[in-house]
Amino acid sequence: MTADQIIFLLCAALILGSALMVVTTRKLIHAALWLVAALFGVAILYAVLQAGFLAVVQVVVYIGAIAILFIFAVMLTRREMLDKGAQTRSNWWLPALLGLLILTGLVFLIIGQPAFGRTAAEMPAGVDTLRNLGTALVSPDAFVLPFEVASVLLLAALVGAVYVASGNKE
Amino acid sequence: MSIPLSWYLILAAALFSIGLFGVLSRKNAIAILLGVELMLNAVNVNLVAFWRYLDPAKMAGQVFAIIVFAVAAAEVAVGLALIISVYRRRKTVVADEIDLMKW
Amino acid sequence: MIFLNDPINFIAGWMRGLLTGWGLSDAMTTVIIYFIGITVLIVFAMVLDILLVWVERKVVARFQDRIGPNRIGPFGLIQPFADIIKLIIKEDITPAGADKLLYNLGPVLAIASVIILWAILPLSEKIFDVDLNVAVLYLVAAGALGTLSIIVGGWASNNKYALLGAFRMVANMISYEIPMVVVLLIPTILADSMSVQKITQAQSGMWFAILSPLALIIFLISAIAELGRSPFDLNEAESEIVAGFHIEYSGMKFGLFYAGELLHAFTFGGFMAVLFFGGYGGFFGLEKIGFFSWLNNPFVQAVVFLAKAMFGYWVIMWIKYSMPRIRIDHMLAFNWKFLTPLALVVLVNTAVLSKVLAGLPNWGYVLGMFFSNIVIGFITVEILRAYGRNQRKAEAKLSPQSAQNQEQAV
Repeated sequence: MTADQIIFLLCAALILGSALMVVTTRKLIHAALWLVAALFGVAILYAVLQAGFLAVVQVVVYIGAIAILFIFAVMLTRREMLDKGAQTRSNWWLPALLGLLILTGLVFLIIGQPAFGRTAAEMPAGVDTLRNLGTALVSPDAFVLPFEVASVLLLAALVGAVYVASGNKE
Repeated sequence: MSIPLSWYLILAAALFSIGLFGVLSRKNAIAILLGVELMLNAVNVNLVAFWRYLDPAKMAGQVFAIIVFAVAAAEVAVGLALIISVYRRRKTVVADEIDLMKW
Repeated sequence: MIFLNDPINFIAGWMRGLLTGWGLSDAMTTVIIYFIGITVLIVFAMVLDILLVWVERKVVARFQDRIGPNRIGPFGLIQPFADIIKLIIKEDITPAGADKLLYNLGPVLAIASVIILWAILPLSEKIFDVDLNVAVLYLVAAGALGTLSIIVGGWASNNKYALLGAFRMVANMISYEIPMVVVLLIPTILADSMSVQKITQAQSGMWFAILSPLALIIFLISAIAELGRSPFDLNEAESEIVAGFHIEYSGMKFGLFYAGELLHAFTFGGFMAVLFFGGYGGFFGLEKIGFFSWLNNPFVQAVVFLAKAMFGYWVIMWIKYSMPRIRIDHMLAFNWKFLTPLALVVLVNTAVLSKVLAGLPNWGYVLGMFFSNIVIGFITVEILRAYGRNQRKAEAKLSPQSAQNQEQAV
């Protein structure tokens, strides 16, 4: 067991433990904060995978924006379900069974593929991932079209969210 | 880098299953969206792991992960706006009770 | 002399020899050395923080025509320690109905979100923790954790004022993050890198403050908003919501919020120095002349850096103690209608000009950049003036009487 593997296992335990708390805890605001913990774990995984840019963007976008939005939404709607009644459906065991089935199926598939047992090659020296990423996002030979479509999608979402949330329009 | 690729894939699979369980079992619409976030993150872990292990020189995996970020942000913004709008009119955030269009 | 030229590596090498001499494994030694390094950094930041309490109190006293702390120790230097003792022995109150875990998590996150920023501050060419290639974004990410700490603390206090303060602060921080991110791209473009070391080295000839003064001003404004200091201190507007998100905190928990704010201000002063004033370097080529080669010494560089950071901190204090608080809708309108568009214009201007002027000799490049900023600033002021004039005319049409009165009063 090397240091890498120990870090990975700790991180995986953090992610999966917090994810379980997200879906089971009764107080919704705690669920949103456990989501922050899980997403932070994923950011550490990105750093382990040497995708530093994604790790930082994960923190900025998910923790700085999405989680805060969730917390706001929970606060704005909290009178409704605050700690009373069941938070899960009565037949919650059905989704649990389904999740377990999918998980076992996927694990069997993954273990069955010997190609997935490989370890990563060393990062080629002299490759500036950040520069490559930036170039790939705006070069016409690479991903400029998906990038522009994503920005249009964001703009549409912005307008849509403002329109939907802005109360009585009549 | 002595971690096999399969570890990442299994972690992502587990995260995805937990998210799926959350989406299907929770009553509160906001909690359902929390589950969706977990599933999207599971996908992103897979994308970045494949990028690192298969072809780190080409940036396809990272670019796709960034587009998933954008989609997740859009989804949360619109989804939460809808939930709050529904809550204003009907005073409920339980997904089952939002059934005006059901017959 | 090795110690004077490269102190961190010298000490690390010495400790590595010592620990391996004790029979520890190589990996274990690395972990221990990293751990000690982190501890030293945190202790340095916190000790600096104690000094900042004194500086803040002395400076505000001078602004308000007072003397400030002067009883305990020379110039009142022992005063902060007395403050700390007072904070520690105060009763630690947890309000009824508070969420205990989150209530205690809030102050810890608040100070942690500041201290992690110190990981990327380069004190000198040789004294730094990490040289991230995404350091500029890391600054924004740490700000996200600060937002989280405020909303957690405000919500868990189970108090109306605390929640209101937290809401205001979060609206503030999230909106002012946008001009800040845009403006952070300008040093990135000019230095062609996001690493703080490379940004510092790119300024050895010319500060970015001269290449893009507008970017500096926008960064300063959004940094003050991010800190929640006056004139953007709506989160703790005393006359409206008492103390905002930390209203329920007492003793050392309040102390952590307070210390976090001071250290945050100083840290932003440090980032201002790194991004716009050449950080530990930026002597306009002076250090290359043989006689001034002592400027390259790591300790001299660290002192230069801390002095520049202290200057930034002093500017932030200066603004804090001479500006009144502005209303929340004005604050958000100022961000969305003025600061964000201006930041985008400056960004596009810098991006285009840095390519167009690249062929020119150095002085042409600098002059072109500087005057383009001056032109943009002039146009902005003219637009604002026309807008203000129209606003006044519209007001005069609505109520001629009051406008006349105002004119007479003037």
